[in-house]
Amino acid sequence: MRDVSIIGIGQTPVGEHWDKSLRELGFRALHAAMKDAGVERIDALYVGNMLSGELTAQEHLGALIADFAGLRGIEAIKVEAACGSGAAALRVGYMAVAGGLHDFVACIGVEKMTDQQSGTVTSALATAADADYEALQGLSFVSINALLMRRYMHEYGYKKEDFANFAITAHANAMNNPYAMFHSPITARQFAEAKPIADPINLLDSSPIADGAACVILAPTAIAKEFTHKPVRVKATAIATDTLAVHDRRDPLYLEGGAISAQKAYAMAGVGPADIDLFEVHDAFTIMSALSLEAAGFAPRGQGVRLAMEGEIGLSGRIPITTMGGLKARGHPVGATGMYQIVEVAEQLREEAGANQVQNARLGMAQNIGGSGATVVTTILERI
Amino acid sequence: MGLMKPLRTVGITGYGAYVPRYRLAGQEVSELWTEGNVVSPVREKAVPGLDEDVATMSMEAARNAIVRASYADPAFDPSRLGAVWVGSESHPYAVKPTSTIVAEAIGATPYTQAADWQFACKAGTEAIQAAIGFVGSGMAEYAMAIGMDAAQGRPGDALEYTAGAGGAAFVIGPAENALVEVEGSLSFVTDTPDFWRRQYEKFPEHAGRFTGEPAYFHHITESVTALFREMNLSARDFAYAVFHQPNVKFPLKVGESLGFTRQQMLTGLLVNEIGNTYAGSSVIGLTAILDIAQPGDRVLLASFGSGAGSDAFCLRVKKVAAVKAAWTTREYIQRRVPVDYARYSRLKGNYKFN
Amino acid sequence: MEVARYWRTTGQRYQLVGEVCPNCGNRIFPPRDVCPVCEKEARTPFTFSGKGEVYSYSTIHVAPEGFEKFAPYTVALVRLAEGPLVTAQLTDVDEDEIRIGMPVEMVTRVLREDGERGMLVYGYKFRPARPVSADAPKAAAAPARVTEPATNMSELSLVPQPTA
Repeated sequence: MRDVSIIGIGQTPVGEHWDKSLRELGFRALHAAMKDAGVERIDALYVGNMLSGELTAQEHLGALIADFAGLRGIEAIKVEAACGSGAAALRVGYMAVAGGLHDFVACIGVEKMTDQQSGTVTSALATAADADYEALQGLSFVSINALLMRRYMHEYGYKKEDFANFAITAHANAMNNPYAMFHSPITARQFAEAKPIADPINLLDSSPIADGAACVILAPTAIAKEFTHKPVRVKATAIATDTLAVHDRRDPLYLEGGAISAQKAYAMAGVGPADIDLFEVHDAFTIMSALSLEAAGFAPRGQGVRLAMEGEIGLSGRIPITTMGGLKARGHPVGATGMYQIVEVAEQLREEAGANQVQNARLGMAQNIGGSGATVVTTILERI
Repeated sequence: MGLMKPLRTVGITGYGAYVPRYRLAGQEVSELWTEGNVVSPVREKAVPGLDEDVATMSMEAARNAIVRASYADPAFDPSRLGAVWVGSESHPYAVKPTSTIVAEAIGATPYTQAADWQFACKAGTEAIQAAIGFVGSGMAEYAMAIGMDAAQGRPGDALEYTAGAGGAAFVIGPAENALVEVEGSLSFVTDTPDFWRRQYEKFPEHAGRFTGEPAYFHHITESVTALFREMNLSARDFAYAVFHQPNVKFPLKVGESLGFTRQQMLTGLLVNEIGNTYAGSSVIGLTAILDIAQPGDRVLLASFGSGAGSDAFCLRVKKVAAVKAAWTTREYIQRRVPVDYARYSRLKGNYKFN
Repeated sequence: MEVARYWRTTGQRYQLVGEVCPNCGNRIFPPRDVCPVCEKEARTPFTFSGKGEVYSYSTIHVAPEGFEKFAPYTVALVRLAEGPLVTAQLTDVDEDEIRIGMPVEMVTRVLREDGERGMLVYGYKFRPARPVSADAPKAAAAPARVTEPATNMSELSLVPQPTA
């Protein structure tokens, strides 16, 4: 297997792109990444996306974006793993380069959500859940997370306000990310008083839906330095699965897929949680941050929230998370999110994070979650 | 003349009621449409939840009946039901049987008869009578007969005060396993157009005061009088009597004219608390009686269905079993959540969004 | 809901028909053909009692398409008496009476309707368990309960009423 590095990154701002279509968003991120890498041609394109069929009546995104980008003829496919699609696309690109099938691969995450009204989007997101046994019962995706959050609070004795720091930290960090959707700090009081969506989850527990696209260019590390003076090595990438439905899990409060995928990634990278300098969590809801921190080994069971309460998730804390705003404040264009996380980790490792720079960051990790934990993709990147 | 007795004696081996939990006070209707000038004929009526209809209500009553039938005959199993018959005038589908949905839900399918019955408010007793024949002839070992309605009344119409929801289910089976023996029954019908609903119409029409004497009173009086005559019985021979109950006044009046006392009638008189449950009206009154009746008690059941007819039954309680094994009728009645007219309108689907 | 999809899942939706593993005895719902405990094939039907308790719950204010008319409504994870968790709505319940651990029982209700012309989708929901003991008394022990008629004669109306 060949060693693989990211030689270019690109992203569009996350937000309501009324004036841009899905293909334009995808192309802009791709174009920015290719320019950053200094490549004019790629061998293959892997497009991570969840909802193009549901929300824009458009599938077949590989060929669509390849053609729109003037790359007609190349290998191009869509990769889908619900909200884990972005990092899953990286995994596919990684396998292609590491396996020696391609030298230059673009991995895009792209989502276009704001063309549809909220009811349609709510239904579309529910397709990540078990259609016969969760969605049919009228569960929204938010409510599935709400069931987990209520039980977590019950089991471990937390109060709602204990989760506030996840959202507050994300909003604070997004202030310095020009690509983030929100540039507005929030307070504990605003968090406590936010409008309920599915009790106990309120508006400020929840990441906003949005449009956006992010992209990385992969190449063998052996030739990476020919293109960039700061390549970032893909130290590990691992996917693990669990049941689609929460009710089928061995323990609903344990992200088994998250734990397996993290363990696989640690083993591949030859590192452990103590070696990780920053961790982009999948904070679609505050409860997911807690569960992901626990599954990845940064906190014991039931203690993930404590990291937030004790301020350990800040930029200079024990384990900085959501360093560029996370899903909560950068925004959550679902199928693109995993790629945004990877681009942001790469920014940190390239020391391009500006005011949000995590000092001496050498190893960065991202965990991208599909559904309520049925697909979990863990990626570990390393500064070379 | 007209008395119906099967070749072999049959009875009720299980019974179950259902009443949804919401209640609309008659006063709410009166306040909205008449500024309180009309005194409602019932105190309140039962209103189904947004997720309820005749199929779901029938399933629950049927499940209650199955629980009790399983105590009456430990070998009873829903797969032994040779028929599942649902009498109603508010079947959820215009075309597609309610009975197959119910039969599937209670585990009676696939080797069973299934059909929906329709005869205004006597569709339920009609199904019981047919079930008696079905079991009595030996064509079926057991049969399920259900009378259930989620009744409709046009906003502001006299029917709106009383059009309630609920009903009952009965397992008819061999007399040796029965809680209640059917001693005889009789049906009296004529073509009397007192109440109807045309195809595709949402609300029924009625003939006002004509629904009284020539319809309700005439048919019940004739059916019960004929039953008394044929069986050589009179009101004194019964512990309880229950009639179709469109309001409080009619059943008491017809009962008294037949010689019954209020004491005999009040146990089964539920209309003041749940409204007129149409095809479920007389039969749910019967379940309230069976919840407290004692062996040896004789019960008169007389339905009325517009259009018009009355089925009269002479029933005799043989044993009391497992009353509390399922929800009693009183438990359902006591489980009540009052709603105002606005919420009632929402529950009835009266607000249109497109 | 697609007709064939509706039809092939009626047993499980109407009356919680799952499976029991012939190998290890584990009760399985929803049916999944391979026992999640021992990973052997499990295809023996098993009808659940419908009794259970609330494991967690949430009230939905923003409903998915097809469920708008029911909002707000409460969804739950219910721990069935036989073991499995099931995801379902709670019905006939006031939000402020729900708590984790509350006993519930299965009822079959309308889950949704596919527009004015489409199918009615029936399926399981759970409601607060019957308040009294559901233990069946022995036949002879059934008490002769005296129930006061709730009809007050002074409430009788003299307004003629249609009889239906």
